[in-house]
Amino acid sequence: MIQLSWASIRASKSYLIPGIILLVGLIVLAGLPSFGPKYSVIFLSTIFMYIVLTTGWVMFSGPTRQISLATAVFFGIGIYIAAILGKHMPLLVMVLIGGLASSVMALLVGSLTLRLKGVYFTIFTFGLLELIKNAINWYEVTFTGTRGRFVVVVDNNTIYLYMLAITVLTVLTAFLIRRSKYGLALQSIGEQEEAAAHIGINVTLMKVSIFAISAFFMGAAGAVMATRWTYIDPFMAFNMNYSFTPVLMAIFGGVGQLGGVVSGAIIFAYLEQILITKYPFYYMLVFGIVMVVSVLFLPNGLAGVVKNWRARTTGGRYVRT
Amino acid sequence: MFVLEGQGVTKYFGGLAAVSDVDFHVDQGEIVGLIGPNGAGKTTLFGLISAALVPNSGTIRFKGENITGLRPHQICKKGLARTFQSVKVFSDMPVINNVVLGVHFGTSERVKAAQAANEADRLLEFVGLSGRAMVPAKDLTLVNQKLLEVARALATKPEVLLLDEIMAGLNSTEITQAMELVSKIRAQGITIFMIEHVMKAIMSVCDRIMVLDHGKKIAEGTPQEIATSKMVVEVYLGE
Amino acid sequence: MFVTILDVGIAGLLMGGLYALIAMGLSLQYGVARVLNIGHGEFIMLGALATWSLHTVLGINPLLSLVICAPAGFVLGYILHRTMYKRLMVTSASPGIFEGNSMLASFGLLFIIQNLAYLIWGTRYKAYSYLAVPVNLGGALFPANSLVTLGFSLLIGIVFYIFLVRTRMGKAIRAAAQDASTAGLMGVNINVVLALCFGLGVAMAACAGMLISMNYSVFPSMGMEYTVIAIIVVVLGGLGSIPGSFIGGILLGVLGSIVTYFDAGLALVAYYVIFILLLLLKPTGLMGK
Repeated sequence: MIQLSWASIRASKSYLIPGIILLVGLIVLAGLPSFGPKYSVIFLSTIFMYIVLTTGWVMFSGPTRQISLATAVFFGIGIYIAAILGKHMPLLVMVLIGGLASSVMALLVGSLTLRLKGVYFTIFTFGLLELIKNAINWYEVTFTGTRGRFVVVVDNNTIYLYMLAITVLTVLTAFLIRRSKYGLALQSIGEQEEAAAHIGINVTLMKVSIFAISAFFMGAAGAVMATRWTYIDPFMAFNMNYSFTPVLMAIFGGVGQLGGVVSGAIIFAYLEQILITKYPFYYMLVFGIVMVVSVLFLPNGLAGVVKNWRARTTGGRYVRT
Repeated sequence: MFVLEGQGVTKYFGGLAAVSDVDFHVDQGEIVGLIGPNGAGKTTLFGLISAALVPNSGTIRFKGENITGLRPHQICKKGLARTFQSVKVFSDMPVINNVVLGVHFGTSERVKAAQAANEADRLLEFVGLSGRAMVPAKDLTLVNQKLLEVARALATKPEVLLLDEIMAGLNSTEITQAMELVSKIRAQGITIFMIEHVMKAIMSVCDRIMVLDHGKKIAEGTPQEIATSKMVVEVYLGE
Repeated sequence: MFVTILDVGIAGLLMGGLYALIAMGLSLQYGVARVLNIGHGEFIMLGALATWSLHTVLGINPLLSLVICAPAGFVLGYILHRTMYKRLMVTSASPGIFEGNSMLASFGLLFIIQNLAYLIWGTRYKAYSYLAVPVNLGGALFPANSLVTLGFSLLIGIVFYIFLVRTRMGKAIRAAAQDASTAGLMGVNINVVLALCFGLGVAMAACAGMLISMNYSVFPSMGMEYTVIAIIVVVLGGLGSIPGSFIGGILLGVLGSIVTYFDAGLALVAYYVIFILLLLLKPTGLMGK
């Protein structure tokens, strides 16, 4: 008998211990502003940002196998919402609107383009990023006379707590979707799209939906992070690094496992924070090398390596499918 | 009223008519065979019925309702399922999940996870794949992958099942087993429309056979009539 | 009025010639080897900076340095394909997966090359002056090096076209572009052909880099802009069509020149709008299959 129900998963022991550890970890993280060193809050906010972007990217591009470079678009929309609306409304509302605006953009883009095959979709998303960036820049130069805007200022602790909340929500959503029949359906779409459609799966609806859901979290994160930078312009907001970096982090960590994705994000975000000020070029060089090595030799990323190692040392008993 | 029928169905690829003005019908409970030389348009016709392709002209009706213009997932939910000539199982997931997907999404009912798993188990047993529920689909033999496709299609509770060359690449024993499975499916009340090249199978299991050549229907009748038709023999020998 | 149109038109042609050159290289790489080389612009940058170094440090004439840079680029590209992309061809389960993986690998390459360039050459913009003499064409003045660029692009384009159509290797390349596996069955050494194409693409990029360095200042992050233009042109001309890239490049250059005449800041926006519309309405471009 195959146990696939949520009830049985909850009951199964293998999730109990990691679950408790996570809960304790969350409590510690939530308490950090009160008793932790001041810099750690800023440091961790950035790491959270990358976790959200990377997890969001994997939510869509993982199962569907369509590489999206629109992450920076959705992140940037959130940033601009914060710049435009931040001074006029409470933080929470602004963040939600940031997320929603990105979702709407995703719905629009998704319904227009998801039928584009393979590389066409990818370069479309990239072209979209460049279009929006240059269009907003042209608009600002031509009509408002200045480039960029000021963003409402929010204290670092609030930013941190918001980012923590968004991160938890993003990862939780990704986890729940993966375990549900929708996650399974998304996986089937990525493997054999035509067959999936023929067993009753509304492929377009599923793809567009997950695209929009992932965009929501990216936009919300953008709205929050913008308040930290206090001044933004189109080139900062729609920076292609926010499209490229999550892809690297996910591939390095291992797209198939959520734990891998999050680990990849944490490792590289940490590296970036340490190296970017003193050795920016070395950091990016390592970035590139890891990317090439991962694509060539680690198809399942770090998570795959760990899985293989565990399989070999435990005789295959604890390998989960 | 025929459970599945089409009038004047035509499909062009570029300048070439892959399917040209084809009329067909399948009666409730029948097993109808579709044969013809390679490139005759058989799989294209199936693609038009299942809405993988859109016809240039003609109409297709399912249970009296015009289904031309609908999308594949909608047609599936209405009760028409198919298998594919080149097997399209979901390779990286376990066998049982392939079928579970069909159970969850193939009909408009909402099914609970445990119930879906039970149903999937039952279907795997029906096609003869019981022992392999947790095996990744890519690790199955070709025969078993074809059986999996059938189980997955059955999971969507179809009234009409389109089988596309399920016996291709099978040995004698496997062909006999497949024929038995086809009869078993019909015994469940499911109407079957099948493309096949394996003559012995088609002749023995079908009630009626249609012959396509170069996109046109050139003959239709009982296995007896088709086997003795000079025109059909010529078409096959001439290729 | 007429002088203005001529002005705009010629400026467009000059730009277009450059665009055509950078696009042809990418078209070769994607059309035949099926590698969407996002790092294409970085090879252009390498060609440009190498030319600058050879000129300012060793005093070598830029046009002459082509003799060093182009073959070096070719060898680099050939080796990269035989090692990196060949491995991906082997490990990828389907052509679609290969395209995705090779694009990601090119990504990584982009970062490696760009940051190595930063470490070697530093962040400051560099420029030198060569053939900056103004030439009078129909009443308007154009720098001689721009004309050289156009002439060069045309030359390389024509030579390459003849190569594709008249020589045995050229025919092998066209066969491989149409259907790699069948070409393999017909006795074409596919691995060599694909690597050759990739190498040629890099060589063309190096040439483009040299030409750019004559007209503009060069710096390690200059590559991306050209990669994007190359992609736009390749899509415009039709993925897989070399003549298409050539025509597409000229076309885009002229279009850009026209838009720049009205509002300089709008040129890039116009490029991307064209790009997006193309992908949505006619992804196969002007001459694609």
